[in-house]
Amino acid sequence: MAALAIAGKDLRTEWRTRESLNASVSFALVILVLFSFAFDLDREERLAISGGLLWLVYAFAGALIVNRSFARELPNDCLEVLISSVRGWALFLGKTMACFVLLLIVELISLPIFGLFYNIHWIGSIFSLLLVMALSTWGITVVGAALSAVTVNVHLRELMLPVLLYPLMIPLLIGAMEMTTGLLNGNAVLSDVRLLIVYDVMFTSIAMYLIEFILVI
Amino acid sequence: MRDKTVYTLGILGTLLLLYNFFQIFLVIPIDALQGNIFRIIFIHVPAAFTAFCFYGVAVVGSIAFLMTKNFKWDSMAVSAVEVGTMFTLVNLATGSIWGRVEWGIWWAWDARMTSQLMCFLLYLGYLIMRPAIAEPQQRGVMSAVLAIFAAADIPIVFMAIRLHNVRTQHPGPVLETGTLAPVYLPPFFGDWVAFMLLASAMMLVRLHQESSSREIDSLRRELHAI
Repeated sequence: MAALAIAGKDLRTEWRTRESLNASVSFALVILVLFSFAFDLDREERLAISGGLLWLVYAFAGALIVNRSFARELPNDCLEVLISSVRGWALFLGKTMACFVLLLIVELISLPIFGLFYNIHWIGSIFSLLLVMALSTWGITVVGAALSAVTVNVHLRELMLPVLLYPLMIPLLIGAMEMTTGLLNGNAVLSDVRLLIVYDVMFTSIAMYLIEFILVI
Repeated sequence: MRDKTVYTLGILGTLLLLYNFFQIFLVIPIDALQGNIFRIIFIHVPAAFTAFCFYGVAVVGSIAFLMTKNFKWDSMAVSAVEVGTMFTLVNLATGSIWGRVEWGIWWAWDARMTSQLMCFLLYLGYLIMRPAIAEPQQRGVMSAVLAIFAAADIPIVFMAIRLHNVRTQHPGPVLETGTLAPVYLPPFFGDWVAFMLLASAMMLVRLHQESSSREIDSLRRELHAI
């Protein structure tokens, strides 16, 4: 319940200010446009890199969202108040759930725009895509929120988070990219779902155990 | 006592390494297929083994620090990561040189090379983050958490890359398959032992530096308090 309350608080705050959401959606759009200039591709080539391109955009947008997760509690010592009010794991889980919802919204907005810009049909495999997006997004946000807590008091936080986050996300991104490319090419490949589940379960457990050490020093 | 241990380990490691180099470059026969460049395997593979041993030490140190909050474990973890990262770099560099001669290119996005590069990047992040945290207790905890995250990530990185990278052109594991001729085994394992001795000496030097810098830091804090 405490986790849901924290998630609700974060989502309400975000809905009122729309700081992360606006920035992430705009950023995703800019990246999609930049990629179209960077690569002059025909349809076959576009399909071949579609999953990779899409998940790079999501990973960049994800880093923006998780970066704010714990940092938004710094003014007025709100983080101290939260730590003394709820258990560390509940706080972490709530923050992760809020980031998950926000990143999923960004992904669901970017996907049709991506299909439109790059002339790629995605509606046919939407349910499989949603499964891949949900599992991968949870992985990104769980590791991202944990590292957001690690770097919250670090000098140069905005620089440090991506340096730590992207190498850790690589196995997850490999699975997500491969499956998304397969699905957008019309192949029902969900072979890597197990990889995503292993990643999600492992990092959720480790992060929930370690978060007490991170928050209560 | 510590100095004596460092010198003993260093001298033993260097002597063993020199003896192995003599064997590798002047005694053992040339490989029929690869020519002289195959001799780099005696540095390349033991360097990777040494790096992984020290990453293991770093995880043990990190878990022990989280449990006890004793700074000697934090020093052990950071020293082990530094030494491990250096040996990973040796492994990557020697692999790249071998690839240039055998494949004609410095780098191929091959499964094993990519996995090793990912390990290097993970621990590089650890080393970059440490100086950015001023408070020692906080630095120790955050570094320990990151080291545990990195250790958990490595098996999944290896699994994911092997699942997908069809461009594997790296030679297969010579030890498990038994394709390494018996004459090559003594210098191969000898180099591993020599690297472990040298790496342990380096780690002890770094441990000493860490405890000195902690002492200086606490004196500085006391001075500020006065």
